[in-house]
Amino acid sequence: MGFVETFFNWNVIVSSFPLLLSGLRITLLLGTVSIVAGLMLGLFIALTRIYAVRPFRIFAKIYTDVFRSIPLLVLLIVVYYALPFVGLRLSPFMSAAVALTLVSAAYTAEIFRAGIEAIPYGQFEASQALGLSYRHMMVDVILPQATRIVIPPLTNNCINVIKDTALASVVAMPDLLKQATQAQALEANPTPLIVAALMYVALLWPLVILVGRLEKRFRRGDR
Amino acid sequence: MMPAIVSIKDLYKNFGSFAALAGINLDIAEGEVVCIVGPSGSGKSTLIRCINLLEKYDDPGQVLVDGIHVEKGRRLAAVRAEVGMVFQSFNLFPHMTVRDNIKLAPMRVRGESESDASSMAIELLRKVGIEEQADKYPAQLSGGQQQRVAIARALAMKPRVMLFDEPTSSLDPEMVGEVLDVMKKLAESGVTMIVVTHEMGFARLVADRVIFMDEGRIIESGTPAEIFDNPKEDRTRVFLNAVLEHKQSG
Repeated sequence: MGFVETFFNWNVIVSSFPLLLSGLRITLLLGTVSIVAGLMLGLFIALTRIYAVRPFRIFAKIYTDVFRSIPLLVLLIVVYYALPFVGLRLSPFMSAAVALTLVSAAYTAEIFRAGIEAIPYGQFEASQALGLSYRHMMVDVILPQATRIVIPPLTNNCINVIKDTALASVVAMPDLLKQATQAQALEANPTPLIVAALMYVALLWPLVILVGRLEKRFRRGDR
Repeated sequence: MMPAIVSIKDLYKNFGSFAALAGINLDIAEGEVVCIVGPSGSGKSTLIRCINLLEKYDDPGQVLVDGIHVEKGRRLAAVRAEVGMVFQSFNLFPHMTVRDNIKLAPMRVRGESESDASSMAIELLRKVGIEEQADKYPAQLSGGQQQRVAIARALAMKPRVMLFDEPTSSLDPEMVGEVLDVMKKLAESGVTMIVVTHEMGFARLVADRVIFMDEGRIIESGTPAEIFDNPKEDRTRVFLNAVLEHKQSG
């Protein structure tokens, strides 16, 4: 067999494409769920880390440190294979979503914290002097400014989460990678793997370019 | 005497072993314009920052604004709303237009409608002479213009008292005048003002009372004529001589 028939076999592409698309759907769903949940949990942890009373602050710091230290693959396997021993049995999708969210939240929390701490103290004082409540100070003054700072690193984190969804294939979740390896076994041909790889790149390349643009734009100080 | 709008009793503030405030007692009457002068590190800024509790003070000192104790708790934001503050570094909200900077607190704290807040913003901007800048962002304005917006923003809350913390100290010299002019107009319109400043000319012209502070204490207070022309204390005299000489050589 020649190079094209081996790696870009048209018949294999056609026959495996539905499977790969269903995998892509799951990958996207898992990525979206984990990113959104990770953002919310991460923001909550960041605010806890900065503003809560001391025991909670310490807890938030331990959380971010632990979940940035643990390899995602290890966490995923622990959630999927170890938790059933204490009666907590999660589906492959849930296991992956939980593991990805926990880790993403830790990184997100650090990004938000850096963003909030980059806001000059005078912004807090001006808000307080005007009589704004804590909630309005955060919602109207601090977070909008922090958001500008954190958008490039958060986008970067999204890219990482989507990439890391591929790890979920080890807990038998039918994501893009899993479907590709299955199709490859079925067809006895590596074309599905190549197509899957191209799909990942097609999905993430625009985001990578976006990060670069955002970083440049925010560096210039435009609004 | 009229009841004090701001009443400060036995105010102490220690940063570690450094006494920033060493027993301040001060009453400010409604409509009064008080200028606080003194060398850097004398506690002037710390003092006015205690009035709206941006700075905590030591027990058992007390600050009353309109009879209400300024302390941590649910009423703090409400008391702060009655105290306008203008900072040395402007502290405008950079992500909002000038108009939105002014509208924010009246809408969020006073519950004013968007249109009321907006028309008040324009009116205030006219008062400080920059209504044509309403839709610009702070970064597009000069320092003097930014500080005038900051004054308008504070006034939008219709505060009972306005605090100015060295409002012209970070301005280029050619912009100091425009800000002082706005403050002078405010003083003439009867706004209660407490101004920490190095602008002796302004203090002399506008203040009802000048307070000289050093080492966390009020050394001397009186009318501008009493303080500037006939200071009783040596420390006041030394300070004023240094400031005035500097002005002449600079």
